[in-house]
Amino acid sequence: MSEYLRIDVEHTLGELTLRVDCALSAAWTVLFGPSGAGKTSLLRVLGGLTRPRRGRVVLHGRTLADSSSATWVGPAQREIGFVTQRPTLFPNLNVSANVAFGLRGLSRRSSEERVVQMLELFQAGELARRMPADLSGGERQRVALARALAPQPRLLLLDEPFTALDADLKVLILEQLNRWLVEHKVPALYVSHDVAEAFQTAADVMVIERGQIQAQGPPETVLASQREQLLGQLGSSRTVFNPARLKS
Amino acid sequence: MDQQAIFLTFRLAAFTTLILLAVSIPLGYWLAFGQARWKPLVEAAVALPLVLPPTVLGFYLLVLMGPQTAVGRALSTIFGHPLAFSFAGLLVGSVIFSLPFAVQPMTSGFRSVDREILEAAQLLSADRTRILRKVLLPLVRPFLLTAAVLAFTHTVGEFGVVLMIGGGIPGVTKTLSISIYDQVQDFAYRQANDTALLLLGVSFLALLIVYGRRGRAGV
Repeated sequence: MSEYLRIDVEHTLGELTLRVDCALSAAWTVLFGPSGAGKTSLLRVLGGLTRPRRGRVVLHGRTLADSSSATWVGPAQREIGFVTQRPTLFPNLNVSANVAFGLRGLSRRSSEERVVQMLELFQAGELARRMPADLSGGERQRVALARALAPQPRLLLLDEPFTALDADLKVLILEQLNRWLVEHKVPALYVSHDVAEAFQTAADVMVIERGQIQAQGPPETVLASQREQLLGQLGSSRTVFNPARLKS
Repeated sequence: MDQQAIFLTFRLAAFTTLILLAVSIPLGYWLAFGQARWKPLVEAAVALPLVLPPTVLGFYLLVLMGPQTAVGRALSTIFGHPLAFSFAGLLVGSVIFSLPFAVQPMTSGFRSVDREILEAAQLLSADRTRILRKVLLPLVRPFLLTAAVLAFTHTVGEFGVVLMIGGGIPGVTKTLSISIYDQVQDFAYRQANDTALLLLGVSFLALLIVYGRRGRAGV
């Protein structure tokens, strides 16, 4: 995959100053770093939820933000799917209505078909008429994924969305998700603070610390350059699924 | 009981409530989520009727609506008659006087919505009206009811502003609270008691609806 995302931003949030200048070209990039390193802040800037003080974001050749020309594209017009750690479904809408919320320009029938298709992708078809309050954490996260993918975004941002799921379900969902992303040629930026997961699953890894990218590239290269720092974090990580299945 | 005053009071309260709901939804949304530097200025202005003596507000509105000011002359041209001592004038005064009773519950309601829910909606739809209609308003429904009931009952019980702007003209601007005042002045305590009981009953019933609904909604 050629370069699809160009980021050159600077933003201060409390004590953290985010200074990121990089380009993404891998289909599955893992943004790895300790808590408070700026992972979520960077994703919020990309998603359009935070306006950076300075800088530029270009996705597939389209400028989404540029402080020099006061360009700012709102979150919904960015064609970016965003799934957070805590699935925030609309509590007053049932599962189907939640998934359909982001669909525009489709006939009612196409919209309904898309909803069914997305729910079935994540084994959530039987949840269609249920309300979010009646769902388990795992079910909510599957619905949140279906909702984020339904409008067929051009980039998917995943902010540790699977931390609350058990390992088997996580593997299953990641495999389904990966299949869909490959089929639709949609790249993903996946946030993780788990060393093993980051280096097993990624086509590319970006290591962020104190708001700055410390290393970027294929896992082997990054692992070699950041060996000392990363080995220290291995003790707290856990292996979750077979990387070969996802990378394929 | 003064039938004209009953009709006039509830008509005034109904119109005031409708106008205030239409105003308080966008204003409450802006006060909850807006980031303008001058937001405290608007918040203070909205809350002013809570602390200002009704006679002070009524006096300034009376002056503003009078033929000596440009605003008063413009309003006379629009309505075809001076606003002071008319139902339209009473309505303007009531809307201003009851503004915080509708806006503050709506602002609290919007502030109570999980920020991540709002952001999830903003990521999926650029249509603010759709987000408001399909996500936010259903979530703040109990607050909407509170705003409507408070605006209605507060208008029903108005006295100072109504007297200053309306003057208590029978059939035109004489509301129930002025009617009670007149009845007491005439030593007609029995009639005053009947009218007061009506206001007491309406107000209690309205609050009962609010608290009953809140209890069920868990708000």
